[in-house]
Amino acid sequence: MVFFVILILSFASGYFLPWWIVALISFLTTLIIGRTAKGSFWSGFAAVLIVWIVLALFKSVPNDHIMATRIAHLFMLPAWGYILAITGIIGGIVGGVSALSGLWLRQAFQKH
Amino acid sequence: MKFTKAIISILITSALIWALQSKLGVAPPLGKFLSPAEGFWQNAESKNILEIHELKLKGLQGKVTIKFDENHIPHIFADNLHDLYFAQGYMTATDRLWQMDIQTRQASGRLAEVIGPKVLDIDRYHRRMGMVYGAEKTLTAMMADPIVKNMILSYTDGINAYIHSLAPKNYPIEFKLLNYAPEDWKPINCAFLLKLMSETLAGGSNEFAMSNILKKFGPGITNDLFPDYPMHEDPIIPTGTKWDYFKPLTIPKPSASFLASMTDSAKTKPRVEGIGSNNWAIAGSKTASGYPILANDPHLNLTLPSIWYQIQLSAPGMNVYGVSLPGAPCVILGFNNDISWGITNVDADVLDWYQEKFKDGGMNEYWYNNRWNKTTRRVEKIEVLGQKPIYDTVVYTHHGPVVYENKALQDDDHDFVPIGHSLRWIAHEPSDELMAMYLLNTGKNYDDYRKALHYFSAPASNFVFASKTDIAITPNGKYPLKFKDQGKFILDGTDPANDWHGFIPFEQDPTIKNPARGFVSSANQSSTDPTYPYYINWSFAPYERGTRINNRLAAMNKATIDSMRILQTDTYSIRARDILPAMLKFIDPTKLDATQLSAYHQINMWNKDVAANSIGASIFGFWWSATYNMIWSDEFADKNLQTNYPSADRTEQLILKEAGSKWFDDVRTPEKETAGDIISKAFNAAVKQLSDKQGKIGPNWQWGKVRPFEIASLSRQPAFSSGNFEAGGSGTTINALNDGHGPSWRMVVQMGPKVKGYGIFPGGESGNPGSFFYSDMLKTWQTGQLKELLFMQSANEASPRIKSTYTLTAK
Repeated sequence: MVFFVILILSFASGYFLPWWIVALISFLTTLIIGRTAKGSFWSGFAAVLIVWIVLALFKSVPNDHIMATRIAHLFMLPAWGYILAITGIIGGIVGGVSALSGLWLRQAFQKH
Repeated sequence: MKFTKAIISILITSALIWALQSKLGVAPPLGKFLSPAEGFWQNAESKNILEIHELKLKGLQGKVTIKFDENHIPHIFADNLHDLYFAQGYMTATDRLWQMDIQTRQASGRLAEVIGPKVLDIDRYHRRMGMVYGAEKTLTAMMADPIVKNMILSYTDGINAYIHSLAPKNYPIEFKLLNYAPEDWKPINCAFLLKLMSETLAGGSNEFAMSNILKKFGPGITNDLFPDYPMHEDPIIPTGTKWDYFKPLTIPKPSASFLASMTDSAKTKPRVEGIGSNNWAIAGSKTASGYPILANDPHLNLTLPSIWYQIQLSAPGMNVYGVSLPGAPCVILGFNNDISWGITNVDADVLDWYQEKFKDGGMNEYWYNNRWNKTTRRVEKIEVLGQKPIYDTVVYTHHGPVVYENKALQDDDHDFVPIGHSLRWIAHEPSDELMAMYLLNTGKNYDDYRKALHYFSAPASNFVFASKTDIAITPNGKYPLKFKDQGKFILDGTDPANDWHGFIPFEQDPTIKNPARGFVSSANQSSTDPTYPYYINWSFAPYERGTRINNRLAAMNKATIDSMRILQTDTYSIRARDILPAMLKFIDPTKLDATQLSAYHQINMWNKDVAANSIGASIFGFWWSATYNMIWSDEFADKNLQTNYPSADRTEQLILKEAGSKWFDDVRTPEKETAGDIISKAFNAAVKQLSDKQGKIGPNWQWGKVRPFEIASLSRQPAFSSGNFEAGGSGTTINALNDGHGPSWRMVVQMGPKVKGYGIFPGGESGNPGSFFYSDMLKTWQTGQLKELLFMQSANEASPRIKSTYTLTAK
């Protein structure tokens, strides 16, 4: 559930809100409906990773990856796939830790 | 406990986001830069181009139609000039916004504001040499002219219409890498761009070194080694041309101090050999079509994106095609239905250093005309990224700014600037070059061409011209009226006789129309033979390219576009023709080892073509520079002489006619070396250098492999550059590829009832490394081909080459 909410909201905010909106989305989602720490982190991680990779590919495929290849070389990486993976992982980490923070804050307010 | 955990976790998350949002060192803010929402992915342009695109823009008066061809070159059709220049600004910004921003920053000394303290010296130099001071004066002059004012304001509004349409995710990639935002374009930026051209083409000097040479060697040797006219020359205005079209002004008398320095016993930027250009026009009597053909290839720093932006501009009263400079309205090099024109650099002596005598360290007063005069001051505020702004006060005398008051202000890159000297420079003068461009863009005939040139002050340029009936060339610019060699050395600032004595009237600039030989040409060589009454400069680019062009044009009959194309890509070495036979005579093959002997055979077989696959070209190139350095590096070792060696021409004269000269002796060795010793030693050194660099003699020694060429990116990111490729040519061949410089735009225009233009530059229209149009024309340029330019007569003209259409209307 957490995974799908983050996925859909991140995707919808897509190209028109600042990049850190995914942190806010992940955080608020788990704050409201988060259940376990492990589940929250990996849901946030996977959802944002997937959204970022898909959105990046939307731009990069019609570009024949010209830009991604140049940026990969700029970062001393051999091919565009590497910069795509790094993009996904950075997005994933931001989503994951934000979701975890949201959950822990939720738990802090919960009785028991 | 749970709260503590939650708070720590929130803090860590916030810190992570903050870190990913901030620029750390040279790396861009990673989260922002990599995210698909805002980062570089947004700069990945799609190959699916919208065929029709409608834009509503505030500030337009009527409707503008822009047709794009297969290279995404805009062909702009507007109802009036306001909208035309508005659209030019809009499109140029769309394709080249960061280039425009960084060039303005470079010229105006505002790089440190976005890059940081490491470029502060570059900013300080530009401020102190008076770039802002000159640009302000030029802006005032341009704004006083209603036509130019309208052009600049419309162009500015068009650029800003584009900038205001941008969200951060749309910023060009370089803004994202450096993490700053584009700012509004200002009219003065157009003036900065023109001053930057003056700096590139007429901002060099070697007067400091020349003065030190004069001090060290005395006037006799200095005049012998640095003559005012070369041995080999083939001037732009043919030798023997009569100067009967004007009555010269009185030539100023040399100052007493100048004469004194000549009878007894004194680098803005060092001048670079190889920044030059070619242009020519051939009369209808020598062409297949019976109409003149004009050609131009300016050699400038080759970068991605290109310094040029191709464009067609059409409005009632104007239809012109050519290349423009991103940051200035108009077409700079191009053609319309009636005329065509092109430019090469004159390299006039328009920059002088004056040694000032200040009353004291306060520099409030200086001695001039036998009394103390007040200096003025200009405070330059330089913003620095991450630091407090720096306030730099520059002292001005009536000559101009004191570039460096003391050694502490100077940085290593600008050691050619004499300390405590003021700078008089043509770029400090108000000028109205854009009016010249407007008149050429709308010009119909030779008279319009002559009228246009009156407005072009700097950088002085050889303007070649062709119409259906006429050809002409004019080394044109605002030349200071000087005594001969005034400015070859540093001048005494206290003496009014050393001031510039006004300017040579434009009508008296050297010019020639329809010469008997049937062609005109220039390649930065001497403007005239020594009979021209005025002093323009004492040294010009060497004559090799010019004479090769003239020899070929003289031999041509029934010339076509293709004859011109082949000539533009010619790599025959006149230098090798002139000097190689003499050098070979000094080599004794019996004293060579196997590799040397093999190299000797190669160079003997060489056809003197500096082709990419030529081994002889590599050997000659290395041999010549080793010879040149061995002859001069001993006597000119003194740091103050700044390796300002005598010219290649003077060195050739030494080898050809003065083989017994003392300059061949290496003063650092006890032996007495002769010309033969030095030249054969240089041969062995060259062969060793090539062996060390390229291995065993063979295909690896080919010129294209020895000297790989690259079109670097303007942002100096190797990932955005062309990568290395093999290319022929050297600084002294017509196809002058040398040290990052080369033909930045090759253009050939056939005049006639229907004018036909051809052109190519090594790059593409777009400045975006993520665009299909970033370097799409490079291949054509590399193979020496031209593209036929789509010169449309109306917006409705159909052509299979048109790929998309923009319609711009008022909001």
